[in-house]
Amino acid sequence: MLLRLAPWVLTGVLVLPLGAGLAMVMLPAFGYLPALGGETFHLGAWRALWERPGLSRSVLLSFSTGLTTTFISLVCVVLFLAAVRGSWLDRALHRMVSPLLAIPHAAVAFGLAFLIAPSGLLVRWASPGLTGWERPPDLLIVQDPWGLSLMAGLILKEVPFLLLMSLAVLPQLAPEQRVNMARSLGYHPTIGWLKSVFPVLYPLIRLPIYAVIAYATSVVDMAIILGPTLPPTLSVSILQWFNDPNLDRRFMASAGALLQLGVTLAALATWWLGEQIVKRLGQHWLVNGSRRRGAFAVAFSGRFLLGLTTLTALAAMVGLAIFSLAGFWRFPDALPVTMTFNHWQRVLPSATTPLVNTLVVGVTATLIAAVLVIACLENEARHQLTPKRAMWLLYLPLLVPQVAFLFGLVVAAESLGIRPQRSLVVAGHLLFVVPYLYLSLSEAYRRLDPRWAQLAHSLGASRWHTFWRIRLPLLLAPLLTACAVSLAVSIGQYLPTLLLGGGRVATITTEAVAMASGGNRRLIGVLALLQALLPFIGFALALLLPRLIWAKRAAMRGAA
Amino acid sequence: MTATYPLRIDNVTITLNQALLLQVDDTIAPGEVLTVMGPSGSGKSTLLAYIAGFLAPAFSARGGVWLGERNLLTLPAEARGIGLLFQDPLLFPHLSVGGNLRFGLPRHTPHKSQQVAQALAQVGLADFEHRDPATLSGGQKARVALMRLLLSKPQAVLLDEPFSKLDTALRQEMRTLVFSQLRDAGLPTLLVTHDHADARAAGGTVIELG
Repeated sequence: MLLRLAPWVLTGVLVLPLGAGLAMVMLPAFGYLPALGGETFHLGAWRALWERPGLSRSVLLSFSTGLTTTFISLVCVVLFLAAVRGSWLDRALHRMVSPLLAIPHAAVAFGLAFLIAPSGLLVRWASPGLTGWERPPDLLIVQDPWGLSLMAGLILKEVPFLLLMSLAVLPQLAPEQRVNMARSLGYHPTIGWLKSVFPVLYPLIRLPIYAVIAYATSVVDMAIILGPTLPPTLSVSILQWFNDPNLDRRFMASAGALLQLGVTLAALATWWLGEQIVKRLGQHWLVNGSRRRGAFAVAFSGRFLLGLTTLTALAAMVGLAIFSLAGFWRFPDALPVTMTFNHWQRVLPSATTPLVNTLVVGVTATLIAAVLVIACLENEARHQLTPKRAMWLLYLPLLVPQVAFLFGLVVAAESLGIRPQRSLVVAGHLLFVVPYLYLSLSEAYRRLDPRWAQLAHSLGASRWHTFWRIRLPLLLAPLLTACAVSLAVSIGQYLPTLLLGGGRVATITTEAVAMASGGNRRLIGVLALLQALLPFIGFALALLLPRLIWAKRAAMRGAA
Repeated sequence: MTATYPLRIDNVTITLNQALLLQVDDTIAPGEVLTVMGPSGSGKSTLLAYIAGFLAPAFSARGGVWLGERNLLTLPAEARGIGLLFQDPLLFPHLSVGGNLRFGLPRHTPHKSQQVAQALAQVGLADFEHRDPATLSGGQKARVALMRLLLSKPQAVLLDEPFSKLDTALRQEMRTLVFSQLRDAGLPTLLVTHDHADARAAGGTVIELG
């Protein structure tokens, strides 16, 4: 039966392009690419790569950015989770998480840049009163050589991701029960959480953490906007070499892509070593009987750090809005003297094509992914299969750096006679959309009471009848949410759109990032805000539609 | 009423990891009730799953299940004509009360609306057709679930502790209603329960497990 093939198709859609992409990066890295005249294997590309000035700095930058941001983000999330006791502040922060996650990386990066730049909002608000500056200070804050602003931008996106991943698995650990048990033994709740819940939580969020490391070591769009320029991070350098008019540079770019894979693997290995060390040292701390030490510091810093990231992200979005509406605005003024819709009117006509492209690609990829994922889950449900260990394959496209295999994928497609085009972009987006759609839908699908389907069968309904009339309606709300997540992921994609579209499939994201070097803040503000707003339409629909459809069914409302 | 046949459970054994859970060999005549009693974990719900066609892959089972001359084990669950009543009424939350009953009716039934209205009136729920199941009381839900089962014209019925979640007063009333309706329809019925009062109300053979 066709449905039985679903898991194989799903795996194929993810693994085949990945494998082809990696293979077609590996061959040119060692000199072999007949299309460009590389007929023999040699190490020329590596020698050229090694001689690049600033290479070691690029590598170090990528490596350290990835590890530092992941560590800081994880600390923020863990301290916050240890601190929360369900107060209104905690609940408010909780609710802010998913919207923050929906904002694309590029929009957050632009928002942060507008906030912290020498002529950005923070300096304006503090000047001249606190700083005495009448003119923007001559400081390199955005794109600083140490990558600090890049790290800040990454942390703003990683914290909500890790928090949401933790919140998704926490209920199965019954944290209240564990903390209450610890409290009855005299532990402060915060310390009790760290000692009794965190050690079991960590293994459950390990894969998402590894995905964050892989992403942060190889990010491109954020690094173009916030990262250093001389030299840029390794991933941005690779993109530059690949786009170099001198086609010979492609060999070096391929070698660079392999090096990127190595850097990411090295970062993952380093993290793993760190895990082992913390585990060793932590064993003693877990059972040393200390019940209250550090409780206040944890409780305070947990809330403070998460509040800070949330506020910064919010302020960044407000900053985008102000800049997109700003008319005349002298430097130390806190706000523009006049507000105008001129920039919107100027951008919107030319933004129609990118908007249409963004939506067509996003909706198509989401629909294909939804059909594949549902087929896979339905097959699992019908044959009462338990999820296979092979499901970690789903994470593969999130663990392999995009720069490491997307170039190869373009080469592989071209060798099959497929030119970069919109359908190729859709196929590329599938790689990143499918894992998220699967992760957000599978829990709901598996949690659905199997008796619903059994009952329907016992009433004479066939399998398909049961699927359409019972299972799908009951799962409508989580399905729409999963689709909104998938749409948001697609909207935010920069590198796959750029490469697989051959630079000709313009989306809101590629347009916004392309303007980064131009520096017209007002126009960037409009585009970045548009980019940030699009995912919200999806989430709003996912929230609204079930409420409308089930307006007369009390038990179906709020059952997401 | 369609002709009904006896349900024959022919030397059925169910094992989990090579350990024998239960063994049943019995025939239930039309209109009769066979009660299987046992503590939780004795495998009595697994027996129902085997007969209805939902046995989880972890279990293995042997033996025949026959409805008259029809071998049920070769049929998919939806073609076996076996009706189920669970602990919970499990009214589909996205359908109205009437929609739930219609879901039970076979596809080409004549006078559907009339049958639905009649079924509701029969259990004192006339005019409930357009109600949201979430607004019904526990007893009302249980009655709708029973009528949905009967409208689907099953050939035999399996009851999985159907009264255990009702409060005491309602329980006695539902026992009387369910058993009288099933007897009138002439359906062979298999009841699993751990409540002796259920077994007494059913009034048939009792098998004790565990």
